[in-house]
Amino acid sequence: MKSHVLRPLWVVLAVVALTMAIRPLVVPSDFGVGERGFMYSYHRKSNEGEWRAFKVKYQTKEYCSECHDEQYESNMASKHKVIQCENCHGPALEHPEEPEKLVIDRSRAQCLRCHAYLPYPSSFRAKMKGIVSSEHNEGEPCADCHDPHEPDL
Amino acid sequence: MKFSRRDVLKTAMKGALVMALPLSAFKILSPSEARASVRESNVRWGFLVDTNKCVGCGFCVKACKLENEVPYEVPLTRTWVERYVILKDGRTLIDTPMGGRDGFTDPKIQERDVNPKDIAKAFFVPKLCNQCENPPCVQVCPVGATYQTASGVSLVDREWCIGCGYCIMACPYGARFFHPVHHVAEKCTFCYHRITQGMKTACVNACPFGARKLGNLKDLSDPVTKTILSERVGILKDAFGTKPQVYYLGLDENVR
Repeated sequence: MKSHVLRPLWVVLAVVALTMAIRPLVVPSDFGVGERGFMYSYHRKSNEGEWRAFKVKYQTKEYCSECHDEQYESNMASKHKVIQCENCHGPALEHPEEPEKLVIDRSRAQCLRCHAYLPYPSSFRAKMKGIVSSEHNEGEPCADCHDPHEPDL
Repeated sequence: MKFSRRDVLKTAMKGALVMALPLSAFKILSPSEARASVRESNVRWGFLVDTNKCVGCGFCVKACKLENEVPYEVPLTRTWVERYVILKDGRTLIDTPMGGRDGFTDPKIQERDVNPKDIAKAFFVPKLCNQCENPPCVQVCPVGATYQTASGVSLVDREWCIGCGYCIMACPYGARFFHPVHHVAEKCTFCYHRITQGMKTACVNACPFGARKLGNLKDLSDPVTKTILSERVGILKDAFGTKPQVYYLGLDENVR
């Protein structure tokens, strides 16, 4: 056969060979088909471990109660027992090592998240004790009168 | 040609056997596929949202953003809370300012005053990635950067993602977005780093009212699984065939 017919074939073969040679260098060795088959889990397996190693920031109430048992007890006896400490005190991270002190959100806006009155009868919101912010000591921090740990007046 | 009765019966029998073979018997499995089909996971994460209990405080959104390092001052969230106000004249008003990060404190919706007397019903609907059984976002990824784990959670490989945005387009629920810092596709992971070590997700943990719950759908004694199997639950956009695994109690027909 004439060489001008064969020449494109050599080019194609060279490209295929080159791709096969380079691929293992570029694609990680753990790249492959996972548990859910080719369509849904064609991936790099070690990425699952990377996500698993992501840092936990919110440590939950039980973590706080290990040291702050007094505050924990008083809070758990109140209506605010359903609220996590970290919702107001911020994520604990590695506290008490890092950060040494947590920044507490004492703002009015924090309380209004639940206690701003909204006239929504088909939602649980309607059953919450709510205020109209502009008619109830506007601008004053709620915590001046109401103890957030034991909010009963 | 001569056919004995025996030959006819033999040939017919063979023909029937060949026809009975399903097409899937000829599918060639890769070694890992074969291994995977044998060793099946005993965990399938599912989520239950009780919209009756949600008051729109937005603690879940705040916790999610801080836990998962989603830039706080940017209006992008992995989970968000929508407010629905359905008026008596049939109009539906929906908003989610900053994804509901700071809660809903203003009766104004879309900067409009609404007369309480005009409200037929109003409620809050928390949303997050549905961790679909058939995730369209995963199917469309051209490089294999997004995938579904054995436990049913879809994840994004930040090293491998090229940021083409195809998956963001493909998600019918709008659950994906472009991460402004990492420049890759970003989505809810069901707090994969927490649930794989026995903790609850940040949003479930932060919810004061138990409106959000996470469970193992393969464990029939799991309270969440029990609720999903025995109560009237709804899912979002079932016509898409994505089989979402986030179930809703008290889902309204106006919620899309």
